Amino acid sequence: MADLSVKIAGVTMKNPMIAASGTVGFGQEYGALFPISTLGGISTKGTTLHRRPGNPPPRIAETPAGLLNSVGLQNPGADAFLAEELPRLKQEDLVVIANLAGSTLEEYVAVVEKVSDSDVDMIELNISCPNVKAGGAAFGVSAACAAEVTAAVRKVCKKPLIIKLSPNVSDIAEIARAVEAAGADAISLINTLLGMRIDIRTRRPILRNNVGGLSGPAVFPVAVRMVWQASRAVKIPVIGMGGISSAEDAVEMMLAGASAFQIGSALFADPTCPVKILEDLNRYLDEQGIASVTELTGMVNPY
Amino acid sequence: MAYQQGSFPIVEKKQLTEDVFSFLVRCPEVAAQSEAGQFVHIRVEGFSLRRPISICEVDRDAGTLRLVMQVRGKGTDALAAQKEGDFLDMLAPLGHGFRIPEEGRILVVGGGIGVPPLLQAAKESRGADAVLGFRSAGQVILAEDYAAVCGDVQIATDDGSLGRKGTVVPIVAEKLAAERYAAVLACGPTRMLEAVATAAREAGVPCQVSMEERMGCGIGACLVCACKTRKADGSEDFSHVCKDGPVFDAERVFFKEEGRN
Ligand SMILES: Cc1cc2nc3c(=O)[nH]c(=O)nc-3n(C[C@H](O)[C@H](O)[C@H](O)COP(=O)(O)O)c2cc1C
Repeated sequence: MADLSVKIAGVTMKNPMIAASGTVGFGQEYGALFPISTLGGISTKGTTLHRRPGNPPPRIAETPAGLLNSVGLQNPGADAFLAEELPRLKQEDLVVIANLAGSTLEEYVAVVEKVSDSDVDMIELNISCPNVKAGGAAFGVSAACAAEVTAAVRKVCKKPLIIKLSPNVSDIAEIARAVEAAGADAISLINTLLGMRIDIRTRRPILRNNVGGLSGPAVFPVAVRMVWQASRAVKIPVIGMGGISSAEDAVEMMLAGASAFQIGSALFADPTCPVKILEDLNRYLDEQGIASVTELTGMVNPY
Repeated sequence: MAYQQGSFPIVEKKQLTEDVFSFLVRCPEVAAQSEAGQFVHIRVEGFSLRRPISICEVDRDAGTLRLVMQVRGKGTDALAAQKEGDFLDMLAPLGHGFRIPEEGRILVVGGGIGVPPLLQAAKESRGADAVLGFRSAGQVILAEDYAAVCGDVQIATDDGSLGRKGTVVPIVAEKLAAERYAAVLACGPTRMLEAVATAAREAGVPCQVSMEERMGCGIGACLVCACKTRKADGSEDFSHVCKDGPVFDAERVFFKEEGRN
């Protein structure tokens, strides 16, 4: 059996499969369906300094091969995360990545400072949420802002720092380089692509927020392209996500340049898919005679 | 959290109206755990989201669930095309169902496709009356099933083609005035639920409502199926229909959340 372990920014994960933020909560609900330690890591629900109620419903709309969501970072706040969710998660054999967000530079710094003092393994900074007005997405769409928030957070962050990038930009390589220069230990991408759907009878948007973030298989080729472009622009590890729903997709994402991958929306149709993806990944590696999954990273042979 | 995912055979399929179908699914482990008012989340091949379908009846001895679903779009259309012998990939049982009073009769109030989820509760109660509303006679479902387990069954149709013309609300008010019920359980369009909840409050009878909202994971992880509620301490919050509901105490629910249709 091939070696599935990977090392991202000094943190070893027993396999490269991470559950994506916002789709698994804090792991408890899916833990009733499969051992949550099947995962190499979990990126917890986007957490802010103070609790947030989120957007009014409807918050989800199905699309061809995907879905739009506009949850709006509903979360219990950093204190509740640290007191109620983290201790339970830390008993599991997996890497805990705290996904953090804010509306202002000060809020980003404050939440990172607070969570950085806990025993989370890594911090993933969401500078790309499209669903809240001052939702951090503003930080993710310009290289200068992305670098500014990364540098500010870096000063107070005692954990390996992953910056999660927005796909709603024209030059992903430029942003990736900017956050690397500002001190990021890794980058993850893609967050959701801004989208919209309209009910043709009521002439109202389906989402109460009018617009929302697109995820699922529909975004997969966009994600592969962006991971490829970003990974060629930086030396730090890249965590790839967006539309992965099979081991084949995961391998493709790693060949494009990812050192690890995240699974999000695929859980909704197939809640135990991580178990199958891991089995299939193992089989693929054995069939191909690959000794370590790390041998896939960036090994696409482009024209 | 006793839910599970599995593939279960359809042992009987019936068409109830032009667009409403009844399925009997054999799933002993799920049936053993299922309660009135809970739901199952069914995978539809080729779609990103499962479809939540309320449990209509539970037969724990036979190990079956009865599901009654309405075709509302391409996803439910594909589900309705399933035949006896086909398998349904279900995540079930999910959510919190109805709390049935230990004593006293209950009044169940259903509108349209909100009628099926109340049948099991009526069966398990210490006695029930039913008020069922439909658009017209052609849409009436489960009237005989309710008649078999309820004392009195009243039907209302919007166009008066069967039973009383109009909504269920005036009938509910009459029933509440005539008899002291231990609880009102309701499922249907939000506007109907709000009116029924108001009538129950005025009569001093506790009311539980089964809410609906566009849903994602179905188990409380993704937080999309939000429903604005009042917490015990009076503060407002978004609860989640899949995990905190679908059944809520009517007094806790804000029915007028802007943007609801
Ligand atoms: C319902 C939902 C909620 C999400 N919430 C968050 C969040 O809180 N923080 C975040 O960084 N990403 C969030 N995301 C984005 C995912 O983590 C991921 O980047 C995106 O969905 C693409 O991956 P996928 O196609 O595998 O879902 C959310 C996605 C969905 C579908």
